[in-house]
Amino acid sequence: MKQALERLVNGIFKENPTFVLLLGMCPTLAVTTSAINGAGMGLATMAVLVMSNMLISMLRNVIPDKVRMPAYIVIIATFVTIVEFLMKAYAPQSLNDSLGIYIPLIVVNCIIMGRAESYAGKNKVIPSIFDGIGMGLGFTLALTIIGLVRELLGNGSAFGFRFADHAEIFGIYEPMKIFVMAPGAFFILALLTGIRNKLGVGKSKDQAACHDDTCAGCGQYPYCQGHIRQEAKEETAE
Amino acid sequence: MKTLLLIIIGSALANNVVLSQFLGLCPFLGVSRKIKTAAGMGVAVIFVITVSSLVTAVIYKFVLSNPAVLGGSLVYLNTIVFILIIAALVQLVELVLKKYSPALHKALGVYLPLITTNCAVLGVALNNVADYKDEKASLFIGHSVLTGFCVAVGFTFAILILAGIREKTEGSDIPAPLKGMPITLITAGLMAIAFMGFQGLI
Repeated sequence: MKQALERLVNGIFKENPTFVLLLGMCPTLAVTTSAINGAGMGLATMAVLVMSNMLISMLRNVIPDKVRMPAYIVIIATFVTIVEFLMKAYAPQSLNDSLGIYIPLIVVNCIIMGRAESYAGKNKVIPSIFDGIGMGLGFTLALTIIGLVRELLGNGSAFGFRFADHAEIFGIYEPMKIFVMAPGAFFILALLTGIRNKLGVGKSKDQAACHDDTCAGCGQYPYCQGHIRQEAKEETAE
Repeated sequence: MKTLLLIIIGSALANNVVLSQFLGLCPFLGVSRKIKTAAGMGVAVIFVITVSSLVTAVIYKFVLSNPAVLGGSLVYLNTIVFILIIAALVQLVELVLKKYSPALHKALGVYLPLITTNCAVLGVALNNVADYKDEKASLFIGHSVLTGFCVAVGFTFAILILAGIREKTEGSDIPAPLKGMPITLITAGLMAIAFMGFQGLI
């Protein structure tokens, strides 16, 4: 019980995949045009994460070490396909339209592969499930917050509630459209990582080092792309 | 002719894969410190995306959606089949290059294995199916390959421009918390504004 709680806290705060580890940036930037889209994407990712963590943990003694990556990919892709079709059937049409191709692209979200590799592949089933829930909640929370900020600045609304329609209470606010368009995503994330650097969060965690200069010994090494810089640098030095 | 021109401008510039669709951000931000490495990554991405567009298009048309195979009802397996094809293909490309073109392998070697997890590759394959699935086989494959190639060229454009700007601003006086990632993201945001201008072309 204590361990389960610890996994939840770890996922939401200590190792928050977006704010601390800076993982899964593509969906973070692409779908956070509104709080609802962000939450939808976060929940879809969480569903895949919990189920894939559970199955990978169950099969951890069955899957040979050499073929674990392809095996993980098949497991993750299966759950992504299930979630994709469930969402097509039951989620609101507008949500499906705005998430679009990013739902099948959950397959290549490095948070899921990262948890499979660094936690679920080595630990028992129950803690792995809670690890998935914690990480998923952390991701959902982060995406909802980023979505909310972008929606407020760019559209003058929150969770679809437009303040401009109630000008007598909230006053007139001219939304800056750029924040719901592509460049706004980059600006908001720049601000966010700037705040993160200022507070010094995640500096000591080796996983978070991907975007800094030290990548060796990183838990995400096999599938992370950050260390390529290091290798390329060594190559030019030769 | 008009369709081809639209595909070329649309996928390389107007709907740039990183700056407006946010696919392939990890290499875009991670490998863009030096122009030389950025160019290496760009060429590797062009190579892999073009080949994978061809292979996934052929598999989709002749196996997954072919009525002769289980009545064409296998299209729901798109995501699983495509990601496995891409992963296997990257390994295969690496082996072939190592055997037949050691020079090219030396230049692209470090980048190839990392492209498997590049979401742009899978994204292009899935987008092609969504956009062109109703066309007949030859057109579908042709359009898919052209789109794949142009998307990858767009990626290379973007990463080269970013690397150029980063080389120039490397020694600039930037507030400490904004050094590194944040200033790169701000640069990318400004580039995204510039690339939005291309939407007037289509």
